[in-house]
Amino acid sequence: MQNSQSAPDIASQQTAIRARNVEVFYGDTQAIKGIDLDVRNNEVLSFIGPSGCGKSTFLRCLNRMNDTIDSCRVTGSIELDGQDIYHSSVDEVLLRAKVGMVFQKPNPFPKSIYDNIAYGPKLHGLVERKPELDEIVESSLRRAGLWEEVKDRLTEPGTGLSGGQQQRLCIARTIAVSPEVILMDEPCSALDPIATGIIEELIHDLKEKFTIVIVTHNMQQAARVSDRTAFFHLGEVVEVSETDDLFTNPKHKRTEDYITGRYG
Amino acid sequence: MSQDNSNLTVQDKVVASLTRRRRQEKLFRTLGLGSVMVSLALVAILFINIFSKGIPAFWQTSMTVEVYFDPDVIRISEKPEQQPNETFEDFDERLLEWETQLGFVNFNRILSDSITPLLSDFERSQTRYVTQLVTSGERHALRDMVMEDPSIVGETRSLTLLTSADVDVWLKGNIDRSLPDEQLQLTSVVREWADELHANGHIQNRFSTALFMNPDSRSSLASAGLAGAFVGSFYMLLIVIFLAIPMGVAAAIYLEEFAPKNKLTDIIEVNINNLAAVPSIIFGLLGAAVFINWFKLPMSAPVVGGLVLSLMTLPTVIIATRATLRAIPPSIRAAALGLGASKTQTVFHHVLPLAIPGILTGSILGVAQALGETAPLLLIGMKSFVASIPQSPMDQATALPVQIYLWQGNELRNFFEARTSAAIIVLLMLMISLNSLAIWLRRKLEVRW
Repeated sequence: MQNSQSAPDIASQQTAIRARNVEVFYGDTQAIKGIDLDVRNNEVLSFIGPSGCGKSTFLRCLNRMNDTIDSCRVTGSIELDGQDIYHSSVDEVLLRAKVGMVFQKPNPFPKSIYDNIAYGPKLHGLVERKPELDEIVESSLRRAGLWEEVKDRLTEPGTGLSGGQQQRLCIARTIAVSPEVILMDEPCSALDPIATGIIEELIHDLKEKFTIVIVTHNMQQAARVSDRTAFFHLGEVVEVSETDDLFTNPKHKRTEDYITGRYG
Repeated sequence: MSQDNSNLTVQDKVVASLTRRRRQEKLFRTLGLGSVMVSLALVAILFINIFSKGIPAFWQTSMTVEVYFDPDVIRISEKPEQQPNETFEDFDERLLEWETQLGFVNFNRILSDSITPLLSDFERSQTRYVTQLVTSGERHALRDMVMEDPSIVGETRSLTLLTSADVDVWLKGNIDRSLPDEQLQLTSVVREWADELHANGHIQNRFSTALFMNPDSRSSLASAGLAGAFVGSFYMLLIVIFLAIPMGVAAAIYLEEFAPKNKLTDIIEVNINNLAAVPSIIFGLLGAAVFINWFKLPMSAPVVGGLVLSLMTLPTVIIATRATLRAIPPSIRAAALGLGASKTQTVFHHVLPLAIPGILTGSILGVAQALGETAPLLLIGMKSFVASIPQSPMDQATALPVQIYLWQGNELRNFFEARTSAAIIVLLMLMISLNSLAIWLRRKLEVRW
């Protein structure tokens, strides 16, 4: 489809996730109608589109979070590093360790800041001794740009932080298990502009080590943070291309209508 | 106010409607306050009634007597000891003989001989009335003392003996003293003695340990106590706590967190809700049919009572636990799942710790409800008169609420009306402490964040 044509340096960038003909049903309602999409290593790919277009649903397919919804059914194939993540041999626990997720509303555990970060590494047995764990906690918080603010109060509850700090705590918690891909579902929609700016900078920094897929309903944000942008509409990907191209030179009428504000 | 609406400004209309709204608010607040007052008043009446009747029963009249264990009355041989060359059977035979000998001793004589010196106005012909002062169980207590330690024969001991229930009623003024003689249980001479002994301090109102330490009694009414019912209730409580709570919590966790949402689970949910509304007496029928008739468990035993009450408490625990689990924000589950925790880990690491205060509160309230339940126990035979403290959950026993029911129906109304209220107070105190425990646990566990 469109995505492969617009990337001149495709050869140098390996594909992290390859989705083919993905369809999602909630009961009898079809939410996603055959999406083909590639996510490249170490890029920031953003999903934009009007409400209810299926961008969050598709995002949640990438780490099988949709499995937790009883009526939800996914068909087609989604490959992570060449392996179909919906194959019966794939353990979703392992998958979610590789594909981390940051949610719309900051959702730190009602535990201490330290325990919030330490939970994932302990869960997956990444560390054996306390000093190693301390190190992971510190490096994760540093990478999320939160260390200086919280280093003196690691034992205080994570829920006592401000909204923006909580969201960075959630990002730190996600990167503590060293995933390959981080999915972000409108991570800034509950935050003020300053906190949003900090998170956007953070996303920019995280790109070096992680592949990031971000859903946003803020087109400026997509323009600011992402390398490529996919426009979703009515359960389909209408267009995916380099962010600059998509916003300056949309190929499809529907994309143009949306970015010029003719959709809700 | 003007008749012509068109002349009114918006402001005027708002003001007009405001008065009406204020009136409605005031009416509603008065109604609410009124119903609170009425219910408070009813509760107050209940408590005042029970406490004014029951508190006096925590004290009971008893008599301090120098009891002389007269060897001329207690004519028994020496208590047998097992000889080295004697088999146990032979020794047991000799012991039985000695105990029979002791059983023939007239301990009433010992009692009356010890009490008569205290009486100023006593004639030989009145001897048979003297023992009416003391409850009949005390002569067995004297016998047991001798059986325990025969060396006290020939000695004098200062003992505190419970007065008979009739004396207690007479001295506490629980009976109209102006009634004609034939309507009074006690003969006039005993009434005079009782008054005299009370006046010179030989009979005193003391805190009634009998009420707490003794099982029920029908031959020696004054020594009837709650211990048997209390222990029976305690066994049942243990069974409910260790059966209904783990099962209910596990079932609720499965249904809420793991079970697929489909027709079958819908049916299960509806049935559990219905089960919570089933009249408790039906559970008693079920217990009689299943546990006693089918599983051949003993009648009147706390084990059956505990099983029946567990069945009854189960839906309450399940519903309370499910409500608590449902109130845990889904974002916590999403956070854990998103990090790669399995479903079970998510539940046990994150959801359950947050739900524990609610689960405990629901469970303790369910247990308190079971503690006060009477109807199902009547149907499995736990309303029978049991004169011993059950040693195990398989022994015959009764329960606190059933004991209240039994005492309420006792013939000696004047004595047992107070006893019944005292038993109600004990049950209420137990309930209040269980509920306070629930509140305390909730506070303590919730404070964490």
